[in-house]
Amino acid sequence: MRLPCPHCGERDLREFTYKGADLPLPEGPDWGPDWEAYLHLRRNPAGETRDLWYHGPCGSWLSVTRNTATHAVAESRPAREPGS
Amino acid sequence: MVKLSPLSPFAGLLPREVGSLRVTEVDPGPVHWIAPYRSGLEGTAEALGAAGFDWPAPNRWTGGASGRLVSVGPGQAFLVGAVPPEIPGAAVTDVSDGWAVAALEGPTVREVLARLVPVDLSEQAFGADATARTLVGHMSASVTRVGEGFEVMVFRSMAGTFVEEVERAARSVAARG
Repeated sequence: MRLPCPHCGERDLREFTYKGADLPLPEGPDWGPDWEAYLHLRRNPAGETRDLWYHGPCGSWLSVTRNTATHAVAESRPAREPGS
Repeated sequence: MVKLSPLSPFAGLLPREVGSLRVTEVDPGPVHWIAPYRSGLEGTAEALGAAGFDWPAPNRWTGGASGRLVSVGPGQAFLVGAVPPEIPGAAVTDVSDGWAVAALEGPTVREVLARLVPVDLSEQAFGADATARTLVGHMSASVTRVGEGFEVMVFRSMAGTFVEEVERAARSVAARG
């Protein structure tokens, strides 16, 4: 598998580390179903998923939208930038 | 009084020749990590430009014999072999002692590095001004094309492992004849 780093371009998977699902933070500090879902509930789709990846060599955190069934990468952007 | 004498990172390990691959230590001179603040990139590029260094595009280096400015990450560069000018808009850190630099040359250099580096280093893909932050084996490294060969920077603490990995790869390439 290869992933595109927004800075370095397309690179081998060996250079990347998986850092979990990229989810929007729930609103408000109070515990509730939203926070429980944010912390514990994960889908395991055969399809589109958005995950955080770390590109070790250049130090970038990425938010990558890709399809787990086809390996097609729809979007890869720096995680610090607001997404769509 | 105790007299301290400097030790080079590859002291006792390099130079080494395996098959037709030559690995030699490079004394890079001063190495400074230049990381412009969020709004400081323009001023940084200007200050370095006045000193004769163009800010490099991603995966590229600029400069020459009097020093190289090597892209090492988003909005970051290493100035190798020259002392940076005063740069008000950037964090400048002297990392000279943190890195070990080796030059790899010889007709099989690309074959050997292909076993260790997951980046296409062929002439077409990795031109004369190309550089990459990537891996050498499991080590984080900075690989830079210099002339017909390559200069590889690894963390100084990894110097021994680096020589071992390169030697093993070079031996297996040489064994293919």
